[in-house]
Amino acid sequence: MSDTMSDTMSEAVSEAASDAVDKPVGDEGAIENPVERFLRTERMPHIWCPGCGIGTTVNCFARAIEKCGVDLDKLCIVSGIGCTGRVAGYLNLDSFHTTHGRAIPFATGLKLANPELKVVVYSGDGDLVAIGGNHFIHAARRNVDVTVFCVNNFNYAMTGGQVGPTTPLDAVGTTSPHGVCERPFNLPFLAKSCGAGYVARWTTYHVRQVTKAMVEAINKKGFSFVEIITPCPTLYERRNRLGSGLDRMRWFKENSVISDGSDTRYADIGFQEKIICGKFVDVDRPSFLEMTEAKMIDVTSKRRWQEISRRQRRPIGDEAAKD
Amino acid sequence: MSDNNGGLSGAYFLDGDHACAEGAIAAGCNFVAGYPITPSTEVVERLASRFPDTGGTFIQMEDEIASSIAIQGAVWAGAKAMTVSSGPGISLMMEHLGLAAMTEVPCVFVNVQRGGPSTGLPTLPGQADMMQARWGSHGDYEIIALSPNSPQECLDLVIHAFNLSEQFRVPVLFMMDESVGHMTERVVIPRPGEVQLTPRRYTKLPPGEYQPYKPGDDLVPEFAKAGEGYRFHITGLTHDEKGYPVMSADCQGQLITRLVDKIKRNADKIALYHEDGIEGADVVVISYGITSRISTRAIRLARAQGVRVGHLRLVVVWPFPEDHVRRLAKRIDAFVVPEINMGQVVLEVERCAAGRCEVVSVPHPGGTVHNPQTITDAILEAAR
Repeated sequence: MSDTMSDTMSEAVSEAASDAVDKPVGDEGAIENPVERFLRTERMPHIWCPGCGIGTTVNCFARAIEKCGVDLDKLCIVSGIGCTGRVAGYLNLDSFHTTHGRAIPFATGLKLANPELKVVVYSGDGDLVAIGGNHFIHAARRNVDVTVFCVNNFNYAMTGGQVGPTTPLDAVGTTSPHGVCERPFNLPFLAKSCGAGYVARWTTYHVRQVTKAMVEAINKKGFSFVEIITPCPTLYERRNRLGSGLDRMRWFKENSVISDGSDTRYADIGFQEKIICGKFVDVDRPSFLEMTEAKMIDVTSKRRWQEISRRQRRPIGDEAAKD
Repeated sequence: MSDNNGGLSGAYFLDGDHACAEGAIAAGCNFVAGYPITPSTEVVERLASRFPDTGGTFIQMEDEIASSIAIQGAVWAGAKAMTVSSGPGISLMMEHLGLAAMTEVPCVFVNVQRGGPSTGLPTLPGQADMMQARWGSHGDYEIIALSPNSPQECLDLVIHAFNLSEQFRVPVLFMMDESVGHMTERVVIPRPGEVQLTPRRYTKLPPGEYQPYKPGDDLVPEFAKAGEGYRFHITGLTHDEKGYPVMSADCQGQLITRLVDKIKRNADKIALYHEDGIEGADVVVISYGITSRISTRAIRLARAQGVRVGHLRLVVVWPFPEDHVRRLAKRIDAFVVPEINMGQVVLEVERCAAGRCEVVSVPHPGGTVHNPQTITDAILEAAR
């Protein structure tokens, strides 16, 4: 645990507090929240529980899209189903709330049909790597130009706290009342092995790092992936007796190990064990769009050349005879 | 002959699958996602080969689930999109057929039908997906389904399928079958200027005023594509005119009623059927797809024996031409309904006939087409 890390939250809090004291509070002179313009405020209040970390990630995302320099009219957000699946509906962007597990193939079609768009998939662990696991690995393999943010709260929260593909071994869920007896996915390792060009993991305690990782991932060509470990006090923490959302943040603070560039093979998350965080992969590989574009130019120029040479070989007078 | 944009025109010797691919290109389709499956694979193979010339994008996805939603992403980006599959693949696509109906995405699902259920008869014909086409996804919704009976129609009608999908913002199912898909005949590809295309109904309203699901007079809302500053929200949840989810019986009532009515109220406009010898007929054969060609011979054989038999060949099967069949039922003795399934569209005929005339099913479990004599025998029996 580095010193800079332990200060992250308190810095953010004190910064917000100092902003607050400078300005009067009330309807007339109300402080404009810096992320408000990125939100569909008419849809508030949102559905997330007190202490849930999804809102924290949305706050980070709003700051990230402000910083990343992308034209917001060209930025599309695609979600699947679940608590995190509701993110798309709260963001003031072209937003798509699709079917369970299928945000990535939807995003693939969106991006390929208009490469000018910047496409972000924002969804939960169950959606992206259980029901959507096949799409996840193939999108990473293709290095398709889509950014994926996975909010990992270790369970299916929307449906009441069932075991998921990331629930740590021995943790309790409503469909694993005696403790999970299957190994969870190590998502950074999965993403890296399938070919993702950018892979990072942070917790919602690390708000600045999450924002920075989001900016980097959005600006990365090809498939980029950020996992954000998030409290779910209503279900995962309550059933496993891990305390409140605040207790969980304290736990993230004390048990995160920052290890940029470390080997993702050892980034497994055990029940109440250390969480390895950091930027694990940041490499440039030709993206799917670059590969297909190069191939298409090759194919069409070859065909045009064949057509031209065919016409040139044709005897004089044949052109007129054809019509 | 090929033009500078890769479009072909003129007469060719093509099978139905290849003709369907050329029809899609002629319709302006520029995005196709698919997954290999017999007997539909040739459609995507031809598109994969031809799209570099026409400027389209083909992607072979990891499965049919992905294919059927990748095309919807592409439509929101402004593409004209299609997916192609058969039996098991179509079953996997059913959730996304519902998404396309719910979010009103104009697109085409091609089903080159084979024998089923399950893996069934991959290389042999069937027509047993007709009710799946109508009811296969969960919930209440309406779709349009067309059934071609020749390679030429695979081309002409897939263009019509795209046009209907744009006009009503609805997924259109293109119900081919293995026989039509693999039958090779003369196919005339029209010149680009000769093809009538229905443009997408893009909104002219500025961002801020535009509401993605505010219906027009014909109950169809205007379209906006992503990346144009509209900042719209699209969800498969029950939604209001703004596109925002609303979990209430009122909102459900308004939305589902409109989705159903926009097709039902326009059923007369959508209806497309061919009639032969209906006037004065005592018996009418109702058929579609490849079975309509078998029926033509069966009807000729029956007429040779003096039976007054007509032919109602459905080109658009869904929405079912209820009123027309009701009218006919009042003045004939019997309908004969041959189809390569155990009796699916015949249920609709029975519903509309409502006991006013006899309805005879001529089922076939699939694997081949009917022997025309079987249908002739049914006609003669019905006429007795």
